[in-house]
Amino acid sequence: MSIWENLGLVYALLGAAAAVFLAGAGSALGVGIAGQAAAGVVTEDPSKFAKVLVLQLLPGTQGIYGLLVGFLTLSKIGLLGGGAAQLDPQTGLLVLAACLPVGIVGLISGKSQGETAAASIGIVAKKPEQFGKAMLFPAMVETYAILSLLISILAVTAIQV
Amino acid sequence: MSERYTYAVARIRALEVSLFSNAVIDQLIACPGYEQCLQFLAEKGWGDADTSEDGEKMLKREEEKIWQTVGELSIDRKKFDVLSCQKLFHNLKAAVKVVCTKETPKDVFYDDVSIPGEEMLEIIREKEFGRLPENMRQAAQQAYEALLHAGDGQLCDILIDRAALDAIYKAGMEAEDEIIREYARSVVAVADIKIAVRAQKTAKPIEFMKQAMAECDSLSVDQLSRAALAGPEAIRDYLLGTEYAGGAQALAESMSAFERWCDNRIIETISPQKYKAFTIGPVVAYVLARQNEIKTVRIILSGKRSELPDAAIRERVREMYV
Repeated sequence: MSIWENLGLVYALLGAAAAVFLAGAGSALGVGIAGQAAAGVVTEDPSKFAKVLVLQLLPGTQGIYGLLVGFLTLSKIGLLGGGAAQLDPQTGLLVLAACLPVGIVGLISGKSQGETAAASIGIVAKKPEQFGKAMLFPAMVETYAILSLLISILAVTAIQV
Repeated sequence: MSERYTYAVARIRALEVSLFSNAVIDQLIACPGYEQCLQFLAEKGWGDADTSEDGEKMLKREEEKIWQTVGELSIDRKKFDVLSCQKLFHNLKAAVKVVCTKETPKDVFYDDVSIPGEEMLEIIREKEFGRLPENMRQAAQQAYEALLHAGDGQLCDILIDRAALDAIYKAGMEAEDEIIREYARSVVAVADIKIAVRAQKTAKPIEFMKQAMAECDSLSVDQLSRAALAGPEAIRDYLLGTEYAGGAQALAESMSAFERWCDNRIIETISPQKYKAFTIGPVVAYVLARQNEIKTVRIILSGKRSELPDAAIRERVREMYV
């Protein structure tokens, strides 16, 4: 089986990989940045562990969104069922394009959310009673990751295979 | 933006909770006596088990704790060189005086700097000025000769203090971090203003002032020294036209208000760092805030030991960072 005969499938798989890889990388960066801040606070005040852990985990959702779109794509092209669909290159490219929003926005928003979560961890360090407000700042960044997830899901499911 | 300081800044934010606010300083002033102040400080976690009886030991231990914390943050200590310049030049001044006057030193040196007391004494005693950093060599040699041959202690002080200001300014201007540049600019400008005020009070000539003042881009040494020659009003008028107008108002009030403004000006410079999350600024600000806190507590303890009224102590107390 030549790769040129299955170019459509290759493109579609590249799309699933991009969704998982880019969004996952964004989450890894974000959780890493927030984790450094969380570790700094817990070094001085272990009682704030639970609160800073919640903030640290906020940038982790982009990776889950990427995984979700990745699963949807694999299911769409029949790879999860065991029988890969025959895709022409044009359809494969459509699937690739459909996966890009969650991948790219996931990468950028994951890192940005991590930075915002780190700054919010600073609020919790000084004013733990303001935890609710501190949560809202990184949660705002989440909006854009959700929008991109929505578009990727709508696009992947709308493509006729 | 750099994430290198994310851990450090978050840890500093957690530590800032235990910095003394103006309200805590008021509680300390309200303590009836020196012993009660020490007890209050010990309850706040100051000092350790064997320093609770002695104020100076307690404050020294707190100073050590600052650098212990900074050491745990894994930040290059060179970033803080500008903050230890004054201590380093203090060691030089003390060593020159000890060697020239052949006195036996007792607790006159700082040991938490790149050239601790013993090493500095050895350098001056052996006249090995080449072992000193480049920005200290000339001042060290001239100060040594001024004190040894001419017995001029004031000239010795001026030469070393001026070299210290030049070193702070140069290190500050070469620093990548904005807070260090701002700190250096403020320290030098405030020192120049102090020199002008004191020189005016003691009727020093303009040559003396120009020798003692360091060049700084936010003040004109020439105009400031001319204003000092003309009188206190001229100093105030000159300052009103600069970013140090607050100093003019403080001078109009009293000398202790002016001294307080000098320290408050540094705290004002570092205040924006309370809202930064990823730069070295909050760490530098924390070190300066802790030093300011220790200085303020020292003023209160001295006041209590001398049985000064609370109002007189309060007039000398500095603004807190938090």
